[in-house]
Amino acid sequence: MNRLVSCVKVLGAVLVFGSLQARADTLPPESSPVARGLTIAMMSDERDEGWGDAKADMKMVLTNSSGEMSERALRFMMLERPEAGSGNWSLMTFDKPRDIEGTALLTHSSLKDADDQWLYLPAVKRVKRISSSNKAGAFVGSEFAFEDFSTQQVEKFSYKWLRDESCGTLTCFVIERVPTYEASGYTREIVWIDTEDLQFRKIDYYDRKNTLIKTLTLSDYKLYENKFWRPLALDMVNHENGKATKLVWTAYEFHTGLNKADFTPAALERAR
Amino acid sequence: MRQLLLCACATALLSGTAQAEELSLRGSIIPEIRYFPDSASNARQDSTDLSVAGEMTGKYFFGDNDNQSIVVTPFARWDQRDHRRTHYDLREARYGIVMGDWELRAGIDKVFWGVTEAVHLVDIVNQVDVIEDPIKQEVRLGQPMVRLRTTQDFGTFDLFVLPYFRERTYPSADGRPATDIPVDTHMTSYESNRDERHVDAAARYSHTLGDVDFGVAYFQGTGRDPILQPALSSSGDLVLAPFYAQIKQASFDAQATKGAWLYKAEGYWRDELNEQYEAVTGGIEYTFYSLFNGSDLGVVAEYALDSRGLVARAPYQNDGFVALRWTANDEASTTLLGGTVIDAKTGAMGFRLKGERRMSEDYLVSLEAYGFADVPPRDPVYNIADDGYVQLRVARFF
Repeated sequence: MNRLVSCVKVLGAVLVFGSLQARADTLPPESSPVARGLTIAMMSDERDEGWGDAKADMKMVLTNSSGEMSERALRFMMLERPEAGSGNWSLMTFDKPRDIEGTALLTHSSLKDADDQWLYLPAVKRVKRISSSNKAGAFVGSEFAFEDFSTQQVEKFSYKWLRDESCGTLTCFVIERVPTYEASGYTREIVWIDTEDLQFRKIDYYDRKNTLIKTLTLSDYKLYENKFWRPLALDMVNHENGKATKLVWTAYEFHTGLNKADFTPAALERAR
Repeated sequence: MRQLLLCACATALLSGTAQAEELSLRGSIIPEIRYFPDSASNARQDSTDLSVAGEMTGKYFFGDNDNQSIVVTPFARWDQRDHRRTHYDLREARYGIVMGDWELRAGIDKVFWGVTEAVHLVDIVNQVDVIEDPIKQEVRLGQPMVRLRTTQDFGTFDLFVLPYFRERTYPSADGRPATDIPVDTHMTSYESNRDERHVDAAARYSHTLGDVDFGVAYFQGTGRDPILQPALSSSGDLVLAPFYAQIKQASFDAQATKGAWLYKAEGYWRDELNEQYEAVTGGIEYTFYSLFNGSDLGVVAEYALDSRGLVARAPYQNDGFVALRWTANDEASTTLLGGTVIDAKTGAMGFRLKGERRMSEDYLVSLEAYGFADVPPRDPVYNIADDGYVQLRVARFF
């Protein structure tokens, strides 16, 4: 409830200032780090509104502690759900490894309740509703957890601005965010959001023992349709086990004409 | 060789109109070795068996926004001892078109109905390829069909016309696992005078409401599981002759997903040869996530009931199942599965163990074992109780 109130306040503040520029003078003051952190997160989120639907390919390279690599390849379809309370929808289909080629995962993410997820098993043509409680679990043996993949909507975290500092050639807001959804594997995350385009540049993940366990670096940002920034390279390093996972996105397309009917359990059967 | 020919055919068929970027070809070759520890019940059976299977899938998408597709999946197996297990099948050879909320598919296709893990009661459209999967019976033959589907806000409707019936596959007298008296598919008979050309029909409605996914279905036509009657073959041997009756079946399936808990049930009411009977199965599944090193442990417990009681056609008439599935969540996708089934009436027990992991990028190694214990002669499983086996498969994907 508190969060909602502060939300409304911040919204008001943003409207009053009438600008989405991330200039420090339009933000709540440093003396109100919670409002300041939330405002930055909301502004970052707002920059991305209106992407509608998208398609993209993803390559995933897993490196174990002795340097051996293995590869996964997936195709994604994504749908923006602007309705209040609804999270975005996604459908991912595996091309590699070959033994699970054609396996597809449909996610209807929700801001309030648990996400709805269905798995398609091509060998037996079976669509299975599966539990989405596995937030903290590893995604196909990678260093990414399921929750790192799900949409990072503002409502899923609480925020606190910590400081501004330089990040590479840019300046970044450094914000602590705490997952407010159930079964997260993290106590908190520290995110670096650049002050210019308000994009995520780095995330430090702290596990349930509050130890820094993973660092994600987002790079190779590309601007689509003159509005939507996407990082094409994501590097996750696990500090505990020495393993790493690199994601490389290609063939991003926006407004391809996908609609709700392409994201139903029935549509999973024609995924490819 | 047969499989090679089939592949070549499929490739030729598809490449006729295809452009390289819209056509995909994938396949696997799976050599296998089996060992049967118990002595065989007939002298023609052996304790070891070598076999190799291959499958290829060609997919071709075309039309407006790729709304049309052709998918062809030939499958073939060669077996060292069992000439019936040496077989091939077109798993899929179908055309599909999507137009808005409507989808039409025609050709040889596969569909799955149901929610449970141990027994698949309501999954009736495709015939079981018993030779491929003699105990779990999860492998299905391709079924000729025309399917019309519409997806609306209030659910998905499917209509099926099934113009040709596929007979269940059975091992020869040399094969294992097998019934003590072999099934002779030359002696198959039907209730319908149209035999396998009887046109079957089916309809299904399915929907998701919050945490609940459910479906109701109706099927009318040739029953998929035959009545096996003792008979004398043309050469005078005692064999089992399959008889396929006409049936009417109404079925339901439902699953509720509540956090890490899944609740499942499915069942049918059937009318066959002026007799009515019911079967139902259901249970729970719970997963413990992120146990040690990020692995998961799933527990499945299900129960199956059949109103016919102890008859040869219904091995799971009053049976409980418990299974554990451990998933390592490692790069090799290592999984271990252990399951047991206990017949509450006869005390008969069955076991299954399976371990699987990926080797390098394109190989999948699996070791699987089936066993039985305390099976009394009156239990339907008695026939194959001496045919427990250990099986090693190394699949190469390309």
